Amino acid sequence: MKPKFAMYWAASCGGCEIAVLNTHEKILDVDANFDVVFWPVAMDAKYHDVEAMEDGSILLTLFNGGIRNDENEHIAKLLRQKSKILVAFGSCACEGCIPGLANLSPVGDIVHTAFNTLTTDNPNEIYPRTSYDVPEGELHIPTLSRMVRPLEQVVDVDYFMPGCPPESHQIAAVIDLVIKVVKGEAELPPKGSVIGAGDSTVCDECPRARNVKFIKEFKRIQDVAPVDPALCLLEQGIPCNGPATRSGCNARCPQAGAQCIGCYGPAEGVMDYGARLITAFSSVIDANTPEEIDHILDGIPDPTGQVYRFNLAGSLLKANKEAWKVER
Amino acid sequence: MTDQFEPTIIGFTCNWCSYRASDLAGTARMKYAPNVRLIRLMCSGRLDPTFVLRALSDGADGVMITGCHPGECHYIEQNYKALRRYLLLKRVLAGMGIEPERVKLVWASAAEGAKFAAETTAFVEEVRKLGPLSWGKDESQDKHSSFIIQPSSEKEVPA
Amino acid sequence: MTERVGVYVCHCGSNIAGTVDVVDVANWAAEKLGRQGVIIAREYKFMCSSLGQELIEKDIKELGLTRVVVAACSPHLHEKTFRTAAKNAGLNPYLVELASIREQVSWVHSDKAVATAKAKAVVSGAVSRVIENRPLEEIKVPINPNTLVVGGGIAGIQSALEIANAGFHVYLVEREPSIGGHMAQFDKTFPTLDCSACILTPRMVEAGTHPNITLLTWSEVTNVAGYVGNFHVTIKKKARFINEELCTGCGICQEKCPKKVIDDVYEAGLGYRKAVYTPFAQAVPNFPVMDKENCTYFIKGTCKACEKFCPTGAIDFNQQDEMLHIDVGNIVLATGYDLFDARRVSNYGYGRLPNVFTSLEFERLSNAAGPTAGNIVLRDGKTVPKNVGIIHCVGSRDKNFNNYCSVICCMQGLKFAHLVHERTGATVYNFYIDMRTAYKAYDEFYQRVLEEGTLFVRGKVAEVTDAARNEREKGRLIIQVEDTLAGKQRRIPVDMVILSSGLQPRADAKEVGKLFGISCSMDGWFTEKHPKLDPVATMTEGIYIVGCAQGPKDIPSSVAQGAAASARVLDKILQKEVALEPIKASVDSALCSGCRICNGLCPFNAITFIEDDKVTEINPALCQGCGTCVAACPAGAISGTGFSNEQIIAQIDGLMMKNLEPVEA
Repeated sequence: MKPKFAMYWAASCGGCEIAVLNTHEKILDVDANFDVVFWPVAMDAKYHDVEAMEDGSILLTLFNGGIRNDENEHIAKLLRQKSKILVAFGSCACEGCIPGLANLSPVGDIVHTAFNTLTTDNPNEIYPRTSYDVPEGELHIPTLSRMVRPLEQVVDVDYFMPGCPPESHQIAAVIDLVIKVVKGEAELPPKGSVIGAGDSTVCDECPRARNVKFIKEFKRIQDVAPVDPALCLLEQGIPCNGPATRSGCNARCPQAGAQCIGCYGPAEGVMDYGARLITAFSSVIDANTPEEIDHILDGIPDPTGQVYRFNLAGSLLKANKEAWKVER
Repeated sequence: MTDQFEPTIIGFTCNWCSYRASDLAGTARMKYAPNVRLIRLMCSGRLDPTFVLRALSDGADGVMITGCHPGECHYIEQNYKALRRYLLLKRVLAGMGIEPERVKLVWASAAEGAKFAAETTAFVEEVRKLGPLSWGKDESQDKHSSFIIQPSSEKEVPA
Repeated sequence: MTERVGVYVCHCGSNIAGTVDVVDVANWAAEKLGRQGVIIAREYKFMCSSLGQELIEKDIKELGLTRVVVAACSPHLHEKTFRTAAKNAGLNPYLVELASIREQVSWVHSDKAVATAKAKAVVSGAVSRVIENRPLEEIKVPINPNTLVVGGGIAGIQSALEIANAGFHVYLVEREPSIGGHMAQFDKTFPTLDCSACILTPRMVEAGTHPNITLLTWSEVTNVAGYVGNFHVTIKKKARFINEELCTGCGICQEKCPKKVIDDVYEAGLGYRKAVYTPFAQAVPNFPVMDKENCTYFIKGTCKACEKFCPTGAIDFNQQDEMLHIDVGNIVLATGYDLFDARRVSNYGYGRLPNVFTSLEFERLSNAAGPTAGNIVLRDGKTVPKNVGIIHCVGSRDKNFNNYCSVICCMQGLKFAHLVHERTGATVYNFYIDMRTAYKAYDEFYQRVLEEGTLFVRGKVAEVTDAARNEREKGRLIIQVEDTLAGKQRRIPVDMVILSSGLQPRADAKEVGKLFGISCSMDGWFTEKHPKLDPVATMTEGIYIVGCAQGPKDIPSSVAQGAAASARVLDKILQKEVALEPIKASVDSALCSGCRICNGLCPFNAITFIEDDKVTEINPALCQGCGTCVAACPAGAISGTGFSNEQIIAQIDGLMMKNLEPVEA
């Protein structure tokens, strides 16, 4: 009997699933070696089917998406119970990712923005309710939680695979590894490891030339013309997140002429990703007076978003102060 | 003592100036607010923003960072690096809804025990006015239950 | 492995126990910090006593402690004591942590309950931190036996001679053409009134001829690299335009030089020198220097009178500045002071009213070798004053200028009073705020001047003016002062006013401090390691400060400091090697991405980028342990011993009481 495989999509965009499919023929290896028992995007299966499974009967679950509502939380706990190896797959599951930026606002504001702002035609101010009575009985929709949480903040996680989405060649390598493990040809890395990525940061893989940097001005990349294609972007005043972002993507964005925005999260052993970027950017500022330093910092219009774009929910502070407050 | 709010503050001092200033305040028996708990670093340049974030997420109501006066750093110029970091950190914290006044950078030389004592007391009063920060105090609730969000549900028009 | 932690709470007599319930703190630590590994917590009257230390040593041996926390005074006081105790008991000294519950708790708080609670938090922080401490070994480096002394005033000369006499080589660097410093300008020295030159010149000559002293005058230090025991110093030897090998110091060039220049330095602007000159007759070395700015040949291209007459052909108009590179183990800074610029006190009229003199001007005036051959006369060069006012505390003890007391000006003012009285018989007034005549035989000198009939007015002079109100005041300088003893305003007309100016730090003290890696106080004096117990050492190991560079002081104190620093230097030299604190940063090359963000952060040049491997390295010998690069590394690839991320984070958690025994339900 083949070992069982599951994949789930919680609060995320679906890009992780596409990245898995982007492994091309490798996906056939998954089918050849695993019995896919649960993968809502790819096949029909019901939650009660999973509930009926024996605990620990799924060998490998790739869980992508953060925990945004009680349904996400329920399935996370369920899959944890049923899986031997639970992988936080992709940036959302690892550290909240873009959906985690919602943690900058109280959840009530988010609902309000979604249902009753200028761009929403809602004259009667109708808001969704989490339960509703219909003749057939009571209907439920998932309840939003106070903030987005990475998988690890809800259940015990065995491995972390970062990236938005994880690079397909890294996924393929991980699939190969698990198959080898199943065949007894390899051993799993220690629990809690980051897999499918390097230990250092993007600069390690970036081919751009680097010098000692002193910056008098931060600029958005669209305001730099022309961007030197061969020189470190940070050195050109562009706030590139590469110095603090885990390697493993082959410096994909800087190679394509854009600054790294940090989707692979912090390097090995780092406690707070944003703190590393704060020091990275401030260390290259060439000014000594508070006024001049502040003037240079004005070139980073959204500092919190800049240093926590992917990592806010996984950061030490996790959410804006307002978002922490218990809603009315 | 009245039951006024007593903030808990973590203070980071550099080994050469401000920690010695705090020693001097002690030797001179200057009284100041007892709310600040100090951590000695070799230099304010050692201050990793992580330390501030950790202190706040641990529940501190404020963080005080002290270093040598600009131009007087024992390590020549490292306090300027602390200043640059501090200014960016404050901007990031503002985005997290944390009042900038909760994190303060103070320059104090080894001879300025009185300044250290006065600045400490002044900062404690400032944070006291801001009230508790108590970061993530309700986290445990979040772990076990979700929150029902139905703003203005009473206005809802039945179908 | 779980650590076995011992906590030792000191009473410090009643210093701590008076405000902190030490028994409660110890019991609490034993009870609540057990999860952290605390297996024993004790309190004791004086932990730093030999019995207290034995208590700790015994526990280390018998209970197998692997970590020790001593809750007592500041680590700056007794860290070493307890580390040594641990070492004696076989525990790595860096596994001991001091929790300061005296300077930071008992001495600065009054409420016992509040202080005790804070003491618990401080102990909790130290316990959490000490678990993360790692054994460290001191780094031993050899000491270069050569010493650099910067500044050839009396303090620097004394320092250089002490070391040289002990048999070790000294480079004595002086930026003026001659050593001697300010003392060489004085006529008499208080309180004994010995002739300044008579006691100084033998020392200067000794320094100039000592086989162990390389004298580098007309030279300045331009760069200092390295660290204690191994400094690499670059010295710019300015072109003298004189070949020192050939010059005999005969002085013919000075005689023949047609260009007269006002001597602002040595003669305080009262006298002249030539364009080629030695600042004074007893200069050491006695080679002259050519003042390029004023030399007719350098300005017009012709003259060369000096070259024509030089009997040894020592004049060399093509001489260039020379850069010397020397290696030394220790550096003594004796860079002295600047005189307070009396022009800044505009109400005293210096620079505007001709017969207002500064103290240095008066020194030259009264000096037998000075421009008036020791005749005390007015600016016209002939009139002998009948009434002289001496104003104390000019630029000192004044919020508008310098807050500090310049120490020497009272005695200097008294000396002037005596000299004026002795040489002119004039009536002398001294205007003072407080008379400060501490130290041996100083007050006796004050009594002597009093007996000589000098008049003393206690009060800060408001103004010196030439605006006469009556016939008696006409053509004279009027000193307006509140006589605070008599309780009335006085206007005292005099012929001459002498401003007993204070001392202030060298104008370039900050830059010099930066060059040598030491700091200045708020006032601008170099900061000593400890104001009482270590007044000549600095925070930078191997750099010492002596004389007025450290703060205003008189000649005996300057000499004493010069000698004291030499004792410290000799101590280092004789130890042959020095142990450096093992607080260093290092790079994990596997994690380093080569982003080079840290590369611009180190002022000690300890960080280098290895181009071939695209990684950064840190030279542990140059690293001073500030930790800036550790905090800056975006990849978290740099770690620092002694103050690691793990230690600090643990201490934060501990201070926030995140490490306590779980509260029972």
